[in-house]
Amino acid sequence: MVRPAHRRPGQSRKAQYSLFVAYVIAVTGAVAGLLLAILSVVDPIGFAQLRLASQEIAAPVARASRSVIGSISGIDDTVGAYVSAGTQNRRLRKELADTRRELVATSSLQEENRQLKALLKLQETDKTALANGYLLTSTSTSSKRIALLSIGRNLGVAAGQPVRGADGLIGRVLGAGPSVSQVLLLTDVDNIVPVRRARDGLPALASGRGNGDLDVRTLNIANNPFKPGDILVTSGTGGLYPPNIPVAIVVRRQDDGALARPLADPGKVDAVSVLRPYTPDNIEAQGRPAPAPLPAPTGTP
Amino acid sequence: MNQKGPRLGEPASLWRMRFVPIASVMFASALPLMLPLIANSPVLPPLGLLFFLCWQLLRAEMWPVWIGLPLGLWDDLFSGAPIGTAMGLWTIASIAIAYSSQRIYWRGFFHDWAIAAASVAIIQSLAALITHPQAATGRVLGLVVPQIIISVLLVPLFMRLTGKFDNFRLKRR
Repeated sequence: MVRPAHRRPGQSRKAQYSLFVAYVIAVTGAVAGLLLAILSVVDPIGFAQLRLASQEIAAPVARASRSVIGSISGIDDTVGAYVSAGTQNRRLRKELADTRRELVATSSLQEENRQLKALLKLQETDKTALANGYLLTSTSTSSKRIALLSIGRNLGVAAGQPVRGADGLIGRVLGAGPSVSQVLLLTDVDNIVPVRRARDGLPALASGRGNGDLDVRTLNIANNPFKPGDILVTSGTGGLYPPNIPVAIVVRRQDDGALARPLADPGKVDAVSVLRPYTPDNIEAQGRPAPAPLPAPTGTP
Repeated sequence: MNQKGPRLGEPASLWRMRFVPIASVMFASALPLMLPLIANSPVLPPLGLLFFLCWQLLRAEMWPVWIGLPLGLWDDLFSGAPIGTAMGLWTIASIAIAYSSQRIYWRGFFHDWAIAAASVAIIQSLAALITHPQAATGRVLGLVVPQIIISVLLVPLFMRLTGKFDNFRLKRR
């Protein structure tokens, strides 16, 4: 393509000025935009409403496309399931038999546990969810891992509430709009979760790597006690995530901790629950034998 | 007189000439958030940015240089990056493209590809660094490298698509 004769727009003063003004607007705007970006990193709350408005636009389309296509992440699994159906069937039968035996053993343990708890007058904490919904879609072009939840303020969702799936923790609510809300996924680089090892309660911090894995670091730098296969659960420290929600499984050791994989894959999870944040008020409210809050109706898929 | 057919020499509709490029960029920016895809890493190429760059490389004087401000703001709303990131970076990119089209006398296909590739790489890296200021630089850049490679390979395809849209834009009634 030949170079445009754009540099000097002839003798017309008007054309020259309008070109100059366009450049002035562009440079000023670019600088203002970058300042705005830094401002919105420092204070993400201020711009949340603007973004939620745009997501209210995208959500109906996402709902429709989800109901037509289903979740895209499941495709590879579906194909794989057909290929390995025979061996899988055999393996599953064996597992089922094993599990039945274990279940019998566990039920007796459960009864014993219940009696011991009654003896200690321990109360079961309120595990009912505030609301249930499903993940519609997520940002997939930027390095920020934000998913859209199908329910919003209409069902009592508010910023700061933890979100979990059946398998484990998904993330926390970043902002709630009228009918959708943003969930900051566990794997986001800025999401740090206080965890402990399920086996012995060793405290650690899990932070996202941004590519689907988690970094786990102990508070004690001196040694690296993790082994592949260690299960990490939330510790309840810091007061956002309730304790004992499964988070991740350690995959391998690293120099300064371990690499872990989240137990709940947000791409494959079907329904998620929004929980109450683990704050002193809520803990007290749950401890009281007050009438249990009604479980919120499930968002229709 | 028979007015049903196109009149000889009649220009394309002005409304369509203005609307098609802007609409294509806006739709491409919003599309990733409308797919039922829960991504664990930045897997999709920045569709809006690719269309934005291709339109500017194809039609150098179609847009004023400040067009990155409104289109970037729209992209920021859907991409998840802090608002203002794309506003600033896209506008700087269009200034750079305007400058390069003055410097390079005969810009060919590979020039266009190289300019688009460099722009995508720089914009996506800077956007990731702005999004995560506390995280380690190397790790954040490592996150966007696969996306940049995919985007660079897809640039010719997007050029073609933009060309198709351009034909539609300028088609006589």
